[in-house]
Amino acid sequence: MENQSIEGAVSVRIRVNGKDMNLNVDPRTTLLDCLRESLQLTGTKKGCDHGQCGACTVHVNGRRVNSCLTFAASLDGDEITTIEGLGTPEQLHPMQAAFLECDGYQCGYCTSGQIMSAVALLKEPVGPSDADVKEMMSGNICRCGAYLNIIKAIQQVRQA
Amino acid sequence: MQTFQFTRAKDIDDAVKTGAASPTAQQGAGVRYLAGGTTLIDLMKLHVETPGKVIDINRLPLDRVEETADGLKIGATVRNSDLANHPIVKREYAVLSQALLSGASAQLRNMATTAGNLLQRTRCVYFRDPSYPCNKREPGSGCPAIDGHNRTLAILGTSAHCIATNPSDMNVALAALEAVIHIQGPKGKRAIPIGDFHLLPGDTPHRETVLEPGDLITHVMLPKPSPGNRSIYLKLRDRQSYEFALASAAVIVTVDRGKISRARIAMGGIGTKPWRSSDAEAVLVGQTPTRESFVKAADMLLKGAKPQSENGFKVELARRCLVHALTLATQHA
Repeated sequence: MENQSIEGAVSVRIRVNGKDMNLNVDPRTTLLDCLRESLQLTGTKKGCDHGQCGACTVHVNGRRVNSCLTFAASLDGDEITTIEGLGTPEQLHPMQAAFLECDGYQCGYCTSGQIMSAVALLKEPVGPSDADVKEMMSGNICRCGAYLNIIKAIQQVRQA
Repeated sequence: MQTFQFTRAKDIDDAVKTGAASPTAQQGAGVRYLAGGTTLIDLMKLHVETPGKVIDINRLPLDRVEETADGLKIGATVRNSDLANHPIVKREYAVLSQALLSGASAQLRNMATTAGNLLQRTRCVYFRDPSYPCNKREPGSGCPAIDGHNRTLAILGTSAHCIATNPSDMNVALAALEAVIHIQGPKGKRAIPIGDFHLLPGDTPHRETVLEPGDLITHVMLPKPSPGNRSIYLKLRDRQSYEFALASAAVIVTVDRGKISRARIAMGGIGTKPWRSSDAEAVLVGQTPTRESFVKAADMLLKGAKPQSENGFKVELARRCLVHALTLATQHA
């Protein structure tokens, strides 16, 4: 994908999980495809590919966005964080640890998006109740229906 | 997705000049401005939008909210989440904050912009699927929605050619707030009241706004809030969150010594454009804020309603929505 011979390729300088990169991307490449196909960061998942399910949620400059509706070419100079940049197996992010502890998943496909969304939520203006968290997490669909434990995990981190 | 040329706008003039090369700024545009991308990229994936050129305007200095002598100036690329949580918006224009927060998801609100939301496209399933005819997408091809799945579509402002709903929540609040859209185009700058910005479908449903090639929305102006007003956005939908409105109401009401002295009413989810009704507002002025007067206003707003085969329920739903919104806005006055 980062090939000089791509017609109309766009040069973009981004920082992904703390690492600076210079990429040459086909203008059609979404951030999601760039992460998964070019950078082999497959923790970010493709669900609907239309901004409706939240599986592809990552942080751009600290804010959660749908990477499937973002052109990589539009991110010049931006800082991207994916689930791979959040914690390590040895040192989990508190939200990752809480999802484990509260059993906040079943099949796991939506989990990285859920966690990226939940981590961003910690810095957003969100009321204290479970209902407030539900409202602000409505952009992340879980088809297994692990919602109750997801809310529990998020509230555990917020109240810690 | 069809390939395209991607460029970054150096400044507003550059964006306008590049955009002016498009044969149209409406459906079928050859050049599109990219801001949040939440509508454009979605529709490019569906082959509903097929621009040959995309100009990224995200780095233009249009991302500020400023208080001016005339009111509030909202830059074109201010993100929905930032606007909704702006202290002045929360305090002085509650209806706008509530409308924005009722729309989409937290992720999408972090991306979607003020100007982009003004141009948000309909969610009519036939428009979004190029395997069907659609007069809005392909002029003259027909409207399968009229005899098809139209439960979520419009009951006001429709034509024999199109019954698609304007899906935006923000637009409904902006209509009630009498926002003015500021545009810079090849012939210079101009300002359009929001009521004149969106077009009724008529026999040209592919034309949705007054925008011409090269026109770039630079900012939106909100007039100063009227003293003593109370405002609310009430949205009714199939799901509690992350869903488009079946009916919604933006109301701004001032009650003075027991009588309504000023009212602004707009509704969403039921019209082909954000549906302001000055007739309904006039019904309320001078009245005491009672259920009876609210019902009269709602009946006035819905007077010309033309339900389709599956959306007759919207007439009653919209009536209750407006009555309830007016009740909430006046209950402690």
